[in-house]
Amino acid sequence: MTALAALIRRDIRIALRVGGGALIGVLFFLTVVVLMPFAVGPDLALLTRLGPAILWLGALLASLLTLDRLFMADHEDGSLDLIVMGRVPLELACAGKALAHWLAAGLPLVVATPVLGLLLNLDLLATAAVALTLLAGTPALTFTGMIGAALAVTLHRGGLLLAVLVLPLSIPVLIFGVAASEAAIAGPLSFGAPFSILCALSLVSFVVGPFAAAASLRHGLD
Amino acid sequence: MRLLASSLTCVRGGREVFSGLSFELAAGQLLAVTGRNGSGKTSLLRLIAGLLPQAAGSLALEGGDAELTLGEQAHYLGHRDALKPALSVLENLTFWRDFLGGEAFDAPESLAAVGLTHAAHLPAAYLSAGQRRRLSLARLLTVRRPVWLLDEPTNALDTSGQDMVAGLMREHLARGGLIVAATHAPLGLAARELRIGGAP
Repeated sequence: MTALAALIRRDIRIALRVGGGALIGVLFFLTVVVLMPFAVGPDLALLTRLGPAILWLGALLASLLTLDRLFMADHEDGSLDLIVMGRVPLELACAGKALAHWLAAGLPLVVATPVLGLLLNLDLLATAAVALTLLAGTPALTFTGMIGAALAVTLHRGGLLLAVLVLPLSIPVLIFGVAASEAAIAGPLSFGAPFSILCALSLVSFVVGPFAAAASLRHGLD
Repeated sequence: MRLLASSLTCVRGGREVFSGLSFELAAGQLLAVTGRNGSGKTSLLRLIAGLLPQAAGSLALEGGDAELTLGEQAHYLGHRDALKPALSVLENLTFWRDFLGGEAFDAPESLAAVGLTHAAHLPAAYLSAGQRRRLSLARLLTVRRPVWLLDEPTNALDTSGQDMVAGLMREHLARGGLIVAATHAPLGLAARELRIGGAP
């Protein structure tokens, strides 16, 4: 347990230091969302209608942006060899790394959402709904994205491959995340149904992600 | 404790790197693996560590912990130093101590043993190649493992550093440890030699 905690602590610490990448995701998210009103124009009703989708797209792209470093950095400096050899089961180590990545790069997106909601003319309830769906849905993005990161680890410049691999997997999360937010804002569907599916997607990814990532890491190390 | 390997074969990317490699190593013995560049010294170490699949042959640590794999009872010191430039020297070392789960030696004591006490709070990004090597050697001291797999341990080290490595290895052997080291330079210790790939 101390071993796993040490791994999570180290990854968060690196992410928060200069050049670590935690801030890059949030800044990207901020940039995408801030640019959107300038592109769409000053139609407030339209912005409100697009708001949840814009926030979700921004969060999806921002979480992809830093994901390729999840295993790549450890692979390049040789740490990954020692993690694979270590007594902590690799599945657990993968889950720990994904959790650390989400805490450092996913959670800040959720925290930034209320501020960005103002720019998209979302009221308090709508902003809260989007933030809640992001809180439930971004872990699924990290944990499924981890599979792609593990597959791309031995390839140089694997970032593009990662995006191609991971985007199809994240489409269900996007659909139900936006559906739940819009249901909370306008109806007529109930908020509960799409939100439950979103939570289910996250739970499934918690189980499948670490196992798939560990299997592909074991296979890919050569 | 004995490390037994019989007719090991390693295949990488469809090409046979070496085949039919057998050796036996008892506690307190050092095996120096030599051979041309590309003959498969690193592959052999990674295969023992469990980082490469065995195409054929068997590998066992007699008298080791039956619950653990060979890799889990071994230290692997590779070409790459497994250091994070953003973390300080001490943070790097304490992380590996906690992750590998041992406290044979306190982190500051290990740093003193490899001559890095003065740099403990420096980010690892500022270390020279030799200092990085010393820091990854310190990892072997903080956590006790019976088998050491060393890939060119004296790389980038100055003369005093090479003497230090020889001293650390001598202590490990005296405690009943086993060392498999891939090397070009003489290590300064009595060693059995395993030559891969025939004469140069």
